[in-house]
Amino acid sequence: MSRVPVIALVGNPNAGKSALFNALTGARQKIANYPGVTVERKAGRAALPSGQPIELVDLPGSYSLDAASPDEEVTSQVVMGRFRGEAMPEVLVVVVDAANLEQHLVFAQELIALGRPTVVALNMVDLAERDGLVLDPAALSTALGVPVVPTVAVRKRGLDALLEEIEQAPQQDRTLRHEVAELSLPERRLAAHNMANGAILSETTAYRWHSRLDKVLLNPWAGPIILFALLFVMFQAVFAWADPFITLIEDAIESMIGFVQATMPDGIVQDFLTQGVLTGVGSVVVFLPQIIILFAFILVMEQSGYMARAAFLMDRLMAYVGLSGRSFIPLLSSFACAIPGIMATRAIADPKDRLTTILIAPLMTCSARLPVYAVIIGAFIPSRTVGPGIGLQGLVLFGLYLFGIVGAMAVALVLRRTVTKGAASGFIMEMPRYQVPPLRDLLIGLWQRAYIFLRRAGTIIFMATVILWVLLSFPKAEPGESQVEASIAGRIADGLNVVMEPIGFNHEISLALVPAMAAREVAVSALATTYAIDGDEDAQAAGLTGRLAADWSLPTALAFLAWFVFAPQCLSTIAVTRRETNGWKWPVVMLAYLFGLAYVFAGITYWGAVALGL
Amino acid sequence: MDSQLTLDQIAPGSRAEIISVAWDALAPDEAKRLRALGLDEGARVAVAHRGIFFGSDPMAIILGRTTIAIRRAHARAMQVKHP
Repeated sequence: MSRVPVIALVGNPNAGKSALFNALTGARQKIANYPGVTVERKAGRAALPSGQPIELVDLPGSYSLDAASPDEEVTSQVVMGRFRGEAMPEVLVVVVDAANLEQHLVFAQELIALGRPTVVALNMVDLAERDGLVLDPAALSTALGVPVVPTVAVRKRGLDALLEEIEQAPQQDRTLRHEVAELSLPERRLAAHNMANGAILSETTAYRWHSRLDKVLLNPWAGPIILFALLFVMFQAVFAWADPFITLIEDAIESMIGFVQATMPDGIVQDFLTQGVLTGVGSVVVFLPQIIILFAFILVMEQSGYMARAAFLMDRLMAYVGLSGRSFIPLLSSFACAIPGIMATRAIADPKDRLTTILIAPLMTCSARLPVYAVIIGAFIPSRTVGPGIGLQGLVLFGLYLFGIVGAMAVALVLRRTVTKGAASGFIMEMPRYQVPPLRDLLIGLWQRAYIFLRRAGTIIFMATVILWVLLSFPKAEPGESQVEASIAGRIADGLNVVMEPIGFNHEISLALVPAMAAREVAVSALATTYAIDGDEDAQAAGLTGRLAADWSLPTALAFLAWFVFAPQCLSTIAVTRRETNGWKWPVVMLAYLFGLAYVFAGITYWGAVALGL
Repeated sequence: MDSQLTLDQIAPGSRAEIISVAWDALAPDEAKRLRALGLDEGARVAVAHRGIFFGSDPMAIILGRTTIAIRRAHARAMQVKHP
């Protein structure tokens, strides 16, 4: 059996490995986990100049083969061919940042000393030149004893030459390599210093705009103000910019419903398609534009290098609740979706820190809550401005986000003193250099997020909507009786309603909460389906927001919002928590405390609002 | 007189050279990470930034062409001298 040879990309964090990987493989990537560990395995196909297909593996960024985290452990094991089920890489492509040779050559020497076929990609040479650094790849190649190829992943420069060297690598003359296997870390560091200096042709004290930018963005006073302004703009943009696209999608769904009604005979199949599939799934797909805007902000922050600065700025505040700036990145990602957020906690070295971050991640207002918040806000909060450029609806939304954040911090404080008690964690983080985010990497990132969301809409949400529609539609009601009340789902909701009524929830909410266990946004499609089945023509014309505004009291609506700030209604989050914590203990803890808080705060909100006479 | 000077006492904008590190005072994985990043004996560094508002934690250290954020507690374990 001839296998496709595996070529590993390996190097320091921030060497531009992922950009090089994207440039070599395009969007054809397979992202999975290494078996038995929670470390992401990114692989993709490419072809050598001879046409030979290869599998490229993007290994987690490391500083050394002497691992200091689970990620680095995987890199080290794979590179040495000791990872079970993972083929020994035929060729190692060591990616180094041209502008940071002195640091990156330390790990590069360690890799070259393994004696494997090796090619060095001298990456981001354009950025080095912009910083006034002109390098001599030939001198570096002589010093290291392996081929060195200058590359600019973003512009696809040097990729052909790199693939050419990969093809030739198995025939490399390894006697050219110096005896570096025995070197100690200080010796290797000295060698790196000398080699880096030897490879520099000229170095001008160029305009160091990184440090100028840092002076502003990391300023103790201006820095946090800029960060919070940026986050505020981000949340306003999610609401304001998405509107035209949402209308577009709504109109498309509307005309699809019209088309089905016009072309199909009346009956159960038509009802299923219009009331069930199109209304239900459509009410969720509508939020794709907002999710894309949110992820675009987060990806730009990550790829520009600003996210690490945000972590620096937030470290002090996070330290108050026993966490570190490292937790800020997963928590910010959780505003888009808790699942990538929880997976991003892998970068947190301290296990208790990581566990705490996982447990509070679902409190960050994820994009799946947006549909719920948007519908309720749209129905109950008047659309007027309360200041220049500040809408009341946006302000209420910001308040809900804030509520989640404050809740998360309070929970972290309690957790760090109880279940995840332990020594205060540290914060060590390299700040990548600033760069304009490469458009291709941004688009690939957005595509992957949009795809995951649509796949969810097409599977989990579709199934939940269909099952709910069936439960709602049978048995058929007697004339004069409400279809919803008569249905199987109505009977289930009757039972749940006993528990939910004291916190101001009505029958329709109880009904919607059951399928919304699958995913929060299903609550909206469930309400839409419920009212679509039960409504007469006039009511359907008023749409979901109209029905809600007419049927629900304001305290009920507010209690519903408070419930969703906390309630862990997302199967995927529970599943990913189980996977990342290797067991059922922590997902159960998460479910218990979040449902508890949801119930208590929904109750407080309802009775508080009633007492205020709202 | 510089014998007790540690990195956390260096003001932002000033340079220093690390002369010894009390590795035992640090968590093993953190010690490993600091060494891998090059914050080790003999390193010439500059303190660039400190935490927000009146806080002084964390610190941003410039080492060669990299900027590294560390906590003040780490800096306290690093004995330095003025270059």
